[in-house]
Amino acid sequence: MIETPGYLPTEALFPIVVDAMFTKNFLLVMFLGLCSYVGLTTSSETSKGMSMAVTFVMTMSAILTWPIFYYLLKPNKLMFLQTICFILVIASFVQLVEFIIHRYSPALYRSLGIYLPLISTNCAVLGVVLLNVKEDFTYGASIVYAFGAGLGYSWVMLATAAIREKLIMRGVDRFSGFIGAFFAAMMMALIVVSYFGVVKL
Amino acid sequence: MAEKSFVREVVRGIIKDNPVFVLVLGLCPTLAVTTSFANGLGMSFAFAFVLLGSNFFVSLIRKIIPSGVRIPIFLLIICTFVTMVDMLLEAYLPPMYEALGIFVPLIVVNCIVIGRAEAYANRNSVIFSIADAIGISIGYLLVLLLIGSIRELFGTGKIQFVMLMVKGGVPGFYPIGEVSIPIAPATVMITPAGAFFTIATLMLLIKIIGDRKRMMQLKKEGVEL
Repeated sequence: MIETPGYLPTEALFPIVVDAMFTKNFLLVMFLGLCSYVGLTTSSETSKGMSMAVTFVMTMSAILTWPIFYYLLKPNKLMFLQTICFILVIASFVQLVEFIIHRYSPALYRSLGIYLPLISTNCAVLGVVLLNVKEDFTYGASIVYAFGAGLGYSWVMLATAAIREKLIMRGVDRFSGFIGAFFAAMMMALIVVSYFGVVKL
Repeated sequence: MAEKSFVREVVRGIIKDNPVFVLVLGLCPTLAVTTSFANGLGMSFAFAFVLLGSNFFVSLIRKIIPSGVRIPIFLLIICTFVTMVDMLLEAYLPPMYEALGIFVPLIVVNCIVIGRAEAYANRNSVIFSIADAIGISIGYLLVLLLIGSIRELFGTGKIQFVMLMVKGGVPGFYPIGEVSIPIAPATVMITPAGAFFTIATLMLLIKIIGDRKRMMQLKKEGVEL
């Protein structure tokens, strides 16, 4: 008999989404995926592409890794292989998606495809699947959590790109690089932590 | 260019190729686990173990790795060492394992480790790769300790210094002293906002010092500004 937390979510889904998007935002509070954050928020165009790609890959990897963990690794007592297994699944999935959209949709490839290779080594994606098994989420809840985390990643990326573009336009040289991104992140982290820290869910 | 030597490679890893401030890589653990001196120390030991192992193995087999599939091979090598360090921490240092959480398995996707394998170990001999790993690890350790100390000092008012030791057959991070300052602690430094603030300020300082140095250099060369 294989034991799993179950398919249909028994958890309350609204707090999970708010947690993933704000209170435990991946970029601002959990510090996952910061390399892409400082590297790709130089313009709204690139951060839009990256956000879409990350949200998609996060959701899909949550869908793929949950059955692998509970039906393959756990019954065989191979839990120590989870890291290696998850990273291989994510990397091969990303490669597959890249091939498919390169073949069938050149337009989508131009806007999304160039960001895909960056994602297999993005810690936000590996982080979300590791957290899913750590928190013992049901299948439904793990997918919702991954999607919420992707949305949380996206709004921060877009907001930072907007701030950085404004800084460049105003000619604030000293704050336009990494440093500006970090100060913007500090402001948003303050807002997220203190505003949503007040509301008890 | 100066001759390559073991010591010179180590020093280059600490200063000229400092992983966080110069290469701007591996930021996630740098900010996430540096709430205290002790966590910074634990993280950098785990990191150094993985980097040494991966640099050593990658440079050992660099001649037989087909270049088309080199990244997956690097990932597998790194993953092996990460799993090792993960199990070691869980068995011998459970409190540290709890404190670091998912950031130990996440060393796999740490861009510094992959970056060094790709940019250095894949092109250099074993001995220099080890030197590079030592240098980068020390550079990373210093940054983590610096950020951890600043955040702990201003966030709680004191720093608890610890060291990895074995006491009575039990390994652990044992306290070796503490420093305190007579100011009211600002809890915001422990929160995520404090982490971003600390690293942004440090980077700003480094940039200002670098700009001033360049200005002096130009003045010495007699360039009119």
